[in-house]
Amino acid sequence: MAYIQFNGVGITSMAAAVPKRVINNRAYTEIFSAEEANEIVDKTGIEERRFADAETCSSDLCFAAAEKLIKDNCINREDIDLLVFISQTPDYRMPATSCTLQHRLGLSNNTIAFDITLGCSAFIYGLSVVYSMMERSGLRKALLLDGETRSKVYSPRDRRSAFLFGDGGVAALIERCPKFGKSTFSMNSDGSRADLIMIPAGGYRKMSSAETVVEKVIDEFGNMRSEEQGYMRGGDVFNFVIREIPRDIKNTVAFAGKEIDCFDYVVFHQANNFINSYISKKMKLNPEKIPSTIAKFGNTSSVSVPLTIVSELQGKLDGKKELLLTAFGVGMTWATGIVPFVDCKISDIVEVEHGCVV
Amino acid sequence: MEKFIELFAEAIEREDEVKMEDEFRDYDEWSSIAYLSVIAMLDEEYGIQIEESEFKKLRTVKALYDACINK
Repeated sequence: MAYIQFNGVGITSMAAAVPKRVINNRAYTEIFSAEEANEIVDKTGIEERRFADAETCSSDLCFAAAEKLIKDNCINREDIDLLVFISQTPDYRMPATSCTLQHRLGLSNNTIAFDITLGCSAFIYGLSVVYSMMERSGLRKALLLDGETRSKVYSPRDRRSAFLFGDGGVAALIERCPKFGKSTFSMNSDGSRADLIMIPAGGYRKMSSAETVVEKVIDEFGNMRSEEQGYMRGGDVFNFVIREIPRDIKNTVAFAGKEIDCFDYVVFHQANNFINSYISKKMKLNPEKIPSTIAKFGNTSSVSVPLTIVSELQGKLDGKKELLLTAFGVGMTWATGIVPFVDCKISDIVEVEHGCVV
Repeated sequence: MEKFIELFAEAIEREDEVKMEDEFRDYDEWSSIAYLSVIAMLDEEYGIQIEESEFKKLRTVKALYDACINK
């Protein structure tokens, strides 16, 4: 059991950015019929998503969120000693996007900057990494940036993924202060299921070629994609999630000596409404404590947990609140976090077009 | 067995009769979404999970029922 606990570190402010372009799933019928679109929306609960345009990258969304956070909270850029960027849709294969963001945000050359590449559970993993470094003496403030443009990953001609994913970016400022008390994280991995969610080509095992970008029919339903587009074995992902997630939540809550109904909010990875309502029903969670952005932003991978906090908990995190965060996905990896929030300041969500805030 | 048929029909939202010998993938109601509902039903009602590779081999409602009670 990989549990890790911290004392006196927490998120002091958060901001988020989403692309301006709204995709209305019920009207997303260029390729599939309205009947099919409606059936998928009814089941998944994903009414709308945001799609980045060609000029907008994950880094642009995170940059917009970070600028908003710095401005709204009058943060001195000189005080930021650590910048971690989480994404599986970075700007380049090299260099790390975090380095380009260090420069773009006007941070000092003394800033520690690196990327974390992980999927849907990555915000919780990222928090644990940043908390680890921040708990030691030395670093003043840390910026955790988490951005994804999953709209660019999946084929619009594969109905199993075409209606699910959206884009977004989040910035969280992390500081040391005794007021936060203890936080607990559980993180897990199962590489035997690496093939459940995958982009098979375009890395260094199967390098990009004329062949790997050709869209092909891949099943009896006529779904199409290339090897450089992502696929998801939804059935096995669901099997995996209903087995592992309730168990991990229960074990982590027990390890921390808490009760499941003692949390102010439970924030799930926004995979889709079908999975999330099944888990919360199975675990008998109070639906009023479960904020959701599935309907308006869809599945934004690792961004979904912090984006849901920014979108739904603005004005609700005054005083001391304890949140349970839980996420699962590609890897497979899954993670649970018990995270105290104390007077966390949350900015309004900003919209981005052509790489810039509008 | 009747209970299983009832739960299966409910999961895939089929109003017409479901027979044990039917090949369920031929139903109009069958889709990747109906499949997720069947997974939820198997977990909720029987506490079992059938991996996709195994599930793919099951053609009829009876085959699914047999796989389910043998778990």
